[in-house]
Amino acid sequence: MLPEPYIELDNVSFSYDKNTPVLENLSFTVRKGEYLGIIGPNGGGKTTLIKIILGLLHPTDGRVALFGKDRHDFKEKHRIGYVPQRVTQADKNFPATVLEVVRTGRTARLGFFQKFTEKDSVAVEHAMEISGISRYRDTLVGNLSGGERQRVFIARALASEPDVLILDEPTVGVDIGAQKVFYDFLASLNRDHNLTVIFISHDVDAVSQETKTVLCLNHNLVCHGLPHDLLNEHVLERLYGKHAKRVAHLPAKLLEK
Amino acid sequence: MIRAFEAGIAIAIVAPLIGMFLVVRRYSLMADTLAHVSFAGVAIGLLLKINPIFSAIGLSVIAAFGIESLRNSRRIFGESVLALFLSGSLAVAVIILSLSDGFNANLFSYLFGSISTVSRGDLWVIVALAVIVFLDVVFLYKELFFTSFDSELAQASGLPVKAINLTMVMLAAVAVAISIRIVGVLLIGALMVIPVISAMQYGRGFRFTLILSVVFSLISVIVGLFASYYLDLASGGAIVLVALIIFVLSLIFVKKS
Repeated sequence: MLPEPYIELDNVSFSYDKNTPVLENLSFTVRKGEYLGIIGPNGGGKTTLIKIILGLLHPTDGRVALFGKDRHDFKEKHRIGYVPQRVTQADKNFPATVLEVVRTGRTARLGFFQKFTEKDSVAVEHAMEISGISRYRDTLVGNLSGGERQRVFIARALASEPDVLILDEPTVGVDIGAQKVFYDFLASLNRDHNLTVIFISHDVDAVSQETKTVLCLNHNLVCHGLPHDLLNEHVLERLYGKHAKRVAHLPAKLLEK
Repeated sequence: MIRAFEAGIAIAIVAPLIGMFLVVRRYSLMADTLAHVSFAGVAIGLLLKINPIFSAIGLSVIAAFGIESLRNSRRIFGESVLALFLSGSLAVAVIILSLSDGFNANLFSYLFGSISTVSRGDLWVIVALAVIVFLDVVFLYKELFFTSFDSELAQASGLPVKAINLTMVMLAAVAVAISIRIVGVLLIGALMVIPVISAMQYGRGFRFTLILSVVFSLISVIVGLFASYYLDLASGGAIVLVALIIFVLSLIFVKKS
């Protein structure tokens, strides 16, 4: 039996105005435990798709179901953790400590006028611990490096104890050395914490090496399946145009020679 | 004098509480805009012979609603909306002034603040509304913080961001309107902003900065009112000058340490 469907899109279309469709007839399902990479050109609708799943944008056509419920009836927003694209460039002058930011992950779980409880504190501490940022708890977020800030926002998302973690271009602004560590961290969240992970990237290599499944998006679904089977010249041409070619990166050791 | 002190302390606590959320949203000009709207409200009140505090509160709350609606429609830049209301309401005030020249002296005290004109009735209104604003901020703290920090994330987490923003500007409208009696139209913006940016110099978290800004504001108001009483100065000017001195001292202190 297939694992439980978490996110289901059925013929979803979206456009900001009638003449320029951003997404056309998109249908796919993300199931429990998946590790999905979404790739596609800029302007191909990746971020729009995420915003539709999060309920920040409403599809012009089609149906979205989350955890088996129609998006209109879905109220358990905390089950989806979201790490937006611009966190590494976030306002450096905002006076908020790491702890204060991570605690916002619990805000939506609590109702209005409700105070943080012991249970909330435990979830916040746990999220900071697995994200490796406990030692920065009282540091201002603006004083951290791009990679560290990225982890703060992941901890924030994890604090709500989500079933799905969605990250938009998570490695933009993170230096190369930290990227490998970061991808290992994502993989461990998926493997050890049984978290369904979806991330958007423009880095075809990272997606093909790191994720279990890939979704290629250029206004419509170009492909959806295993990375190895999909990322061939034919698919890349449909995604990025005729001149797109995949170039193997030289291993670092060779470059040093 | 005692009444001015009691009203002053109520305002000193509320002004930076609201100011903090305006400053971190890059919305500092909001306080000045609402102050000018309140001034038009005062002019209308004096013209119609109703208590100017009530007409000031009424008009600034309506204006706050208008500002948020225009900003949400995205047809005008947020900042331009403020400029529109700021100069527009000043125009209304000036026209009313030129129509009736009988209350100019009284109006002067609203421009720069006055401690001799706080009536017992004014005091009750100021303190009661300050308590309401204070309790709102305390009870909505986690929601106000989250929306100020990242409104898109807050919305994705299921918070009613538009309603929270509207509440925020309504509270700002009330805080400004009750403050102009003591601090004056032209200087209330300073009392909302300067203690906050002074507190931000110390590079601490949001909650600490907020509490510190209230402390700075209380010192400014108490010292300013004493100076105003014994040296016969306009209270608003004296208060803001003390706030400025605290700001300069904070800059020097932080630089040295």
